[in-house]
Amino acid sequence: MSNQAKDKKTITITQQRRIGLILRWVLAAVLIIFSIFPVIWIVSASIDPVNNLATQKLIPDNAGFKNFRELINNPIFPFFTWLWNSIKVSVITTVLTLSLTTMAAFAFSRFRFKGRQSLLKTILLVQSFPNLLAIVALFSISKQIGDVFASLGLNTHGGLILVYLGGAMGMNIWLMKGYMDTIPRDIDESAHVDGANDWQVFFYLILPLLRPILVVIGILSFIGTYGEFIIARTLLTKRELQTVMVGLQIYTSGQYTQNWGVFSAGALIAALPIMIIYLVLQDQIVGGLTAGAVKG
Amino acid sequence: MENKNGSMGTVAKKSISSVSSFITTFIMIAVDVLLGYITYQLARMGYFPLTVIFIIIILMISVAFLVPKLSHLKWIVVGLSAWLLFSIFPILFTIFNAFTNYGDGHLISQAQAIEQISNQTYLPEIGKAYEWVSYRSDDNDYLLWVKDNEESTFIARPVESEGEERVFDVVPGENGIGEIDDDGAPLTIEGYTRLNRIIAATDQNLTNIKFGDPDKTIQVRSPSEAAELLPLFKYHADDNTFENQQIGTIYYDREGTWTARDGSKLIPGYNSVIGFDNFVEFATSPGLRGPLVTIVTWNFIFATMSLLLTFSLGLLIAVIYGDPHFKGKKILRSFLIIPYTIPSLITILIWRGMLNPDLGIVNRMLESFLGISPDWFNVPILARIAILTVNTWLGYPYWMLVTSGALQSIPSDIYEAAEVDGATGFQRFWRITLPLLLVSVGPLMIASFIFNFNNFNLIYVFINGGPPIPTATTTAGYTDIIISYVYNLAFASGRGVQYGYASAISVVLFILIAIMSLIQFRFTNMWEEVGENV
Repeated sequence: MSNQAKDKKTITITQQRRIGLILRWVLAAVLIIFSIFPVIWIVSASIDPVNNLATQKLIPDNAGFKNFRELINNPIFPFFTWLWNSIKVSVITTVLTLSLTTMAAFAFSRFRFKGRQSLLKTILLVQSFPNLLAIVALFSISKQIGDVFASLGLNTHGGLILVYLGGAMGMNIWLMKGYMDTIPRDIDESAHVDGANDWQVFFYLILPLLRPILVVIGILSFIGTYGEFIIARTLLTKRELQTVMVGLQIYTSGQYTQNWGVFSAGALIAALPIMIIYLVLQDQIVGGLTAGAVKG
Repeated sequence: MENKNGSMGTVAKKSISSVSSFITTFIMIAVDVLLGYITYQLARMGYFPLTVIFIIIILMISVAFLVPKLSHLKWIVVGLSAWLLFSIFPILFTIFNAFTNYGDGHLISQAQAIEQISNQTYLPEIGKAYEWVSYRSDDNDYLLWVKDNEESTFIARPVESEGEERVFDVVPGENGIGEIDDDGAPLTIEGYTRLNRIIAATDQNLTNIKFGDPDKTIQVRSPSEAAELLPLFKYHADDNTFENQQIGTIYYDREGTWTARDGSKLIPGYNSVIGFDNFVEFATSPGLRGPLVTIVTWNFIFATMSLLLTFSLGLLIAVIYGDPHFKGKKILRSFLIIPYTIPSLITILIWRGMLNPDLGIVNRMLESFLGISPDWFNVPILARIAILTVNTWLGYPYWMLVTSGALQSIPSDIYEAAEVDGATGFQRFWRITLPLLLVSVGPLMIASFIFNFNNFNLIYVFINGGPPIPTATTTAGYTDIIISYVYNLAFASGRGVQYGYASAISVVLFILIAIMSLIQFRFTNMWEEVGENV
């Protein structure tokens, strides 16, 4: 009698488990569809030769690479020039951001000087102001510098990188300094005793230990710069200098519904590098996110 | 500084360090010279605020390398210079602009405005007159032959023409001039046709063209007369007023705009400080305040709802699939973070295509299954729902990742204790999981709120803030948030670009953001960590 009851109970528990599991998978399926539907749709649009938003089908007839070919051959929309511009600007900005913030964070972490705290607080606070609000000022500063020194002015990648660097200090320094603080100062002190100077301590001792945080800040900085669009659009007005985000936005501001397939092909190619970085480096990025970075 | 090469042992090391310090000093001087040259050029061009910033940067660099006590600055100085130039200075510039009338009609300096107004002319109804004959080319270029009372003649091209002499004498054989008639006017000019009185009198263009040099301009006044134009406004430097030469009205300088007693204004004005006028206008003008109330309200709703929706969905997924027995977790996560891996601008553009009311896939599906076709772009409430949907799609993977990490760090013995005390699953979630979670991810929630509060890309790229608010006197839409409204004011306003007014709203927004950030920093103990002595 009691044994039977126990059996019944276990059955109901396994049944409950099973129902729960099924419900979970149903929900998971719904979520997956919600998440990847736009991606599937854009992939389908990119291989659909119809090239039109209105008549595009989810499963295209006569799928092919016509849109991609058009993307390569379109002289008005130099897509691959844009893509190259984006990669160039993002890589240079990232490398410079890393050097500037690492060195600054070293000073904030290792030296004690007057005004250290207030400077760090000011940098953090100023960082939270979106520089888009000061875009008129950014534009005129760029123009004025360009009047004197053309290669860092308006319509140059140098000028754009310089503006991006102006916003590089801030959260990055914060993350970097926090990480450096966890490296014991005893290491530096014993090196100093052995006759190493600050530069040697920084370069040979601290820098190699920073690799995990350098990866995180590097990825986030690259992704942020790659995806930035409004400052690039304001400072770069020449078509062949623009970045791929600006280009895609311009592409869709016209008769985009009739060029939907070509746009989709471009969007797919532009998104691919970032998607790969994310999927490969998931774990590092998650670490950076929980430390306080917000996607830009 | 005890950590400055203090414990150098040998002479050899010392000489190496003196060589390297020689090199750094040399580089520093080279950089200073380059920056000095730029500074000098900036000053020469009259860009004084920027000149000051550059002088500060040069001083900072020199001090960092020359004053041993401040040598730690070496490590920060480059980043600090970029920061000063492109973070601090733009903010100061914006704050300054907030107190000026900078914008369309007030973009130039006082001297430039005086020059432009002084260049305006009018055609006097009496005064020195000329006889005239006109010539027209096939390309609709005109020439004007004139003769004054003293019988002297010349031919004038339009003021706009470039490259050639605008005024030349009538010499047969030169400039394509053929024979001349009794008055002295050429009968033919090569490339041009002489217009007879009737054709000339009915020619629409002729009376609008100014001929001659910019400082001595002649215009056709009537079929028989042409006259020299006179300056319309005379500037009185002693009391900074303009006098209309035609009707005698006096225009007084009122905060950068020359204004007559009847309120009429001269264009252009000049860029000048106007005190708190922008802020007052911002608070009192109904055409401006109306949309602003709508926009600010929606801004808060948008940021709050975005945070709630993305956080709840992310947390829900983390809780349901956080169970270690659940197989396929890793695959599921890889699928679900896909929205997060696409650059958001691209995603927004894709959604804009999907939600296109006439052609998009969403409405085509809704149409065929449910027979409805919501107008996501033109009905305010639907546009807002669409934007929140897109933002949820964009944002929930972030919270899924963050909360699943945070959930794992909650010690399991708390749950066991709760279970022993008879707490239900629901109670455990509300009483234990959520409060502990909020403590650890609270700062990130504030950061996310601030991020969405200023989520310009989504609003601007999706449908540019539309649909428009009909009562607004400026470009404003139902999905506009403050930052996109400011951007449109500065660059695309229906009333012309208004940097001053846009800057005033920016300053208010600065203050709002600063308050939110300070709350975030308090929450995170960031301030305390800044001060810690490791």
